[in-house]
Amino acid sequence: MVMRRLVGAHYGTSQWLRQRLSALIMAVYTVLAVAVLLVARPSTHEDWKALFEPGWVRVITLLFFISLCYHAWVGMRDILMDYVKPTGLRLLLYTAVIVSLAGYAVWAVEIMWRLS
Amino acid sequence: MPEAAVKNKRRPLWYNLSLFNLPVPGLVSIMHRISGAALFLSLPWLLYLFDASLDSPERYAQAQQQLSHPLAKLVLFGLIWGYAHHFSAGIRHLLLDVHVGIDLHSARGSARAVLGVGVALALLFGWVLLW
Repeated sequence: MVMRRLVGAHYGTSQWLRQRLSALIMAVYTVLAVAVLLVARPSTHEDWKALFEPGWVRVITLLFFISLCYHAWVGMRDILMDYVKPTGLRLLLYTAVIVSLAGYAVWAVEIMWRLS
Repeated sequence: MPEAAVKNKRRPLWYNLSLFNLPVPGLVSIMHRISGAALFLSLPWLLYLFDASLDSPERYAQAQQQLSHPLAKLVLFGLIWGYAHHFSAGIRHLLLDVHVGIDLHSARGSARAVLGVGVALALLFGWVLLW
């Protein structure tokens, strides 16, 4: 209630929806990736790298990582909202989570970019 | 007298909130949260391994060697279980969102199924990947 004026209305609904959308993207990617890995059974660096080299694989892998980072933000925000009561500390932790996840997303882009 | 009656109605309730006294859907729910937080916290390590594995044969071998340590295997197994549980509990969540299995009986059944599927997937992929 204290911070109500800071957050505006209905932001929760759209975050809820995007949390579900990112979950779906990750779920589909996970099933695909597991199937490919079980069939291909890569056992060397070359085989492993070859799996990720096609452009579309890098695109969907990146989509997976971006969904993951967004999903993790909504989830961590929910957790911090429930357990961390002091507003200042909570905002600090929100910032730490956002900065880390943004960094991980850039890192994932770099990992995929290098393969081109 | 009415005042006393009101006070009496407000007497504190005591819930046993220990993890193993939770109803199964509650256990699945808190495990969804714990596994999510654990996966978030392990992201730097997982990204580091992914990065190394794709970088060069040398760093691939390095990552492989790191993962051959029993402690790394144990942690990775925990994370595989966390992912498997989070995945199945998430699917259940999506179904509940569209009002599938929303009554108490089916919700309890699906919660039990999620626990079982999570453990089964973890054992399967733990075995395939780590041994």
